[in-house]
Amino acid sequence: MFGAGGGTSSYREVEDAEVIVLWGSNARDAHPIYFRRVLKALRKGAKLFVIDPRRTASAEFADLWLGLDVGTDIALANAVAREIIDANLHDLTFIERATTGFEKFKVSVEWYTLERAELITGIPSHAIQELAHAYASAKTAQILWTLGITEHHNAVENVLSLCNLALLTGHVGRWGSGLVPLRGQNNVQGGGDMGALPNKLPGFQDIDDADARRKFEQVYGTRINPEPGLHLTLMFEAMHRNELRALYVIGENPADSEADAKSARKALSQLDTLIVQDIFLTRTAEMADVVFPASVGWAQSDGTVTSSERRVQRVRPAVSRAGSTKDDLDIIVELADRLGANWSARGPEQVWDEVRSLSPMHAGMSYERLDEGPGLQWPCPSTEHPGTEYLHEWLWKGDLGGHRAAPFSVTVHEGPKEHLNPDYPLRLTTGRALDSFNTGVQSRNYPSPIRTGQTIDLSAMDAKAIGVFDGETVKVSSKRGSINMTAKIVENLPAGLVFSTFHFPEIADINLLTNDHWDLMSGTSEFKASAIRIDKFIDEAKT
Amino acid sequence: MSDMSDDATKISIFLNGNKVTVQKDLTILEASSKNMVDIPTICWSEHLEPANACRLCVVEVEGSKTLVPSCSRRVESGMNILTESPRVRASRRMILEFLATTNDLSQAPEIVTLFDDYGVDIDRYERPTRISEEVRIQDELYIRDYSKCVLCYKCVDACGEQAQNTFAIAFSGRGFDTQVSTEFDVGLPESNCVYCGNCVAVCPTNALQFKTEFDLRDASNWRPEDQTVTTTVCSYCGVGCNLELHTQGDQIVKVTSPTEHDVTNGNLCIKGRFGWEYVNLVMKDDR
Repeated sequence: MFGAGGGTSSYREVEDAEVIVLWGSNARDAHPIYFRRVLKALRKGAKLFVIDPRRTASAEFADLWLGLDVGTDIALANAVAREIIDANLHDLTFIERATTGFEKFKVSVEWYTLERAELITGIPSHAIQELAHAYASAKTAQILWTLGITEHHNAVENVLSLCNLALLTGHVGRWGSGLVPLRGQNNVQGGGDMGALPNKLPGFQDIDDADARRKFEQVYGTRINPEPGLHLTLMFEAMHRNELRALYVIGENPADSEADAKSARKALSQLDTLIVQDIFLTRTAEMADVVFPASVGWAQSDGTVTSSERRVQRVRPAVSRAGSTKDDLDIIVELADRLGANWSARGPEQVWDEVRSLSPMHAGMSYERLDEGPGLQWPCPSTEHPGTEYLHEWLWKGDLGGHRAAPFSVTVHEGPKEHLNPDYPLRLTTGRALDSFNTGVQSRNYPSPIRTGQTIDLSAMDAKAIGVFDGETVKVSSKRGSINMTAKIVENLPAGLVFSTFHFPEIADINLLTNDHWDLMSGTSEFKASAIRIDKFIDEAKT
Repeated sequence: MSDMSDDATKISIFLNGNKVTVQKDLTILEASSKNMVDIPTICWSEHLEPANACRLCVVEVEGSKTLVPSCSRRVESGMNILTESPRVRASRRMILEFLATTNDLSQAPEIVTLFDDYGVDIDRYERPTRISEEVRIQDELYIRDYSKCVLCYKCVDACGEQAQNTFAIAFSGRGFDTQVSTEFDVGLPESNCVYCGNCVAVCPTNALQFKTEFDLRDASNWRPEDQTVTTTVCSYCGVGCNLELHTQGDQIVKVTSPTEHDVTNGNLCIKGRFGWEYVNLVMKDDR
């Protein structure tokens, strides 16, 4: 956001927010220990708006739940923006000082009247109005989002449409106000920070910046290719075209987790070489030519991970390693050795110190400091620097601290790529359950009393129309495939919308159905919006 | 008596005869703690509001007819506080004797350790009424042992609006029949419980106990003296909760979270609290 790839605010700031907007996030189930702070804020009198097609556990705590139609977020955001401008609730002083492109933006949202937005999103216009006025009038307000915003074909545009709202109202760069993507995995923030992005070096330094490259080349002792690499989705496309021939997968299970899983598995199976490094023999590992058995990073290794509030924290070994497993880092270093590289940094602390020498925002984070306290939030440029609680304070400085003004972005409502039609009349969206995680590799191994397995959740109206009972086996199909699932009638879904988690591919291989239309800028697939049908299951063996 | 301090946020009090200067918004308990005067308590916890339930923290305040609970009473300028007067000590001794008479405190070392100091005689009462009830084991994550429950309110507050907002448990009954209960006393798996374990984490007597600990105790194999605690970060979502992995014999046996760490203040969700079993599985798996 505005030049830094991280949430702008610290968790505890949300306790001082007057208005909290959870947009495409069910934090109550997916980020419970963050949500406890939202609850504290509510006790202090904050207003909570939850924007989600499902009436989620988080929505139960909301002052107002806005149950928008899947994939209409931009229409909603633009209508909120239009209403804020129309009611003269925008912060013109902030806009003039800290932003660019306002006039063009203002024109671009003109079309998104409350009435049009109601038609597109399904949310009553007075509710959109209430959100707009509350957000703009609050002294402090935060927008928080997760995959409900990013698992769409236009993920980046969705995010930009939310950033527009913060720029319009000055709800960023100050204590209590901000834009916060809640990260879904314990080190997805750290992965990006460390340059596990096709176009970035560690510390978000651009790979096409010759000066940045030179600095890294001197330490790495090798030339860095200035061409950006491929992100995951482009890798799969290159695999389909037989251009990408070898893949090294570390701690990921794409054979289960990719949208349109059948196509993803085909791509994996036609590789010349598939190397998988994991703690379990996942479905992806079963397809591999070589498996490197890894130890459990967070319980058996030294290192660091970085959380959603940009906090770098230490992980430490608590139990010894089993049999033939090795630390992830040791495997990578040994592989490099055998390939003839001669890396100078050995062991987690040396590697980290190398990062600190190359990434200014991590420079002050010595292991000693990380071990002494509760971790440090980047940017932390020197060992005297306390770390940074919230980003973009420069937006409020007269000269913007030498930064370029933050641009408004014109975003256009398009809706999901896969349209509903008479053959596939239902919208499938996927998400998380409280007690499970991703493809279940870790979470299936403990005896959760609240585990419900994997069902296809639907409204009573849809169940009646199809003629199925609660608990009945049904055939669920998209144009990519069919699977049998157990129907579950729930009260938190509108007619036309069905829901499933993705934690139990062994019970229901849901990603055989999901949609792999993806976002050109981020490579994220549109997991949140597939067109499907549900039919009564007819057991052909018995007929 | 006027405030002698220049700083308007501070006042002077007399703590066991010694004049000390403290922040004026502190409770007597907090002010004492900051001045190295320990006051025993069962029901107080830094991240919960004072419940005024156990009465162990009472102190004598000059001018007050009754003893006052130090956990909830704020300091006032010139307050003359006695934390260990004969009256205070007699009151604490009686409370401890009542608890020892009705409850099984065998797994509450922090309470038992006070017995000698306060001269507790656990046989003082001739016909003690003990709470005895079979341990409730309804799932593989926690057990409830009502014979150990001292009704301190911590679990109810942690489950309710002070932390978890799940409201799976509350008090039912009156007087001696008061109990922490689920709605209509249904089993925990049938209740609203989301198994965050935050109630277990705050329980001072092991009335709420992780099943792993219970099983090891049952097999006479719970050995705190052989346990190591390692702080690391949870492997699930991106919030970054710190976990304290309690290990015994190279196996994880319990997970807690540091109360002083701002991200969790000791709270966890079901995944962080219990989702570690695969580590033990990987350990056993000789590949």
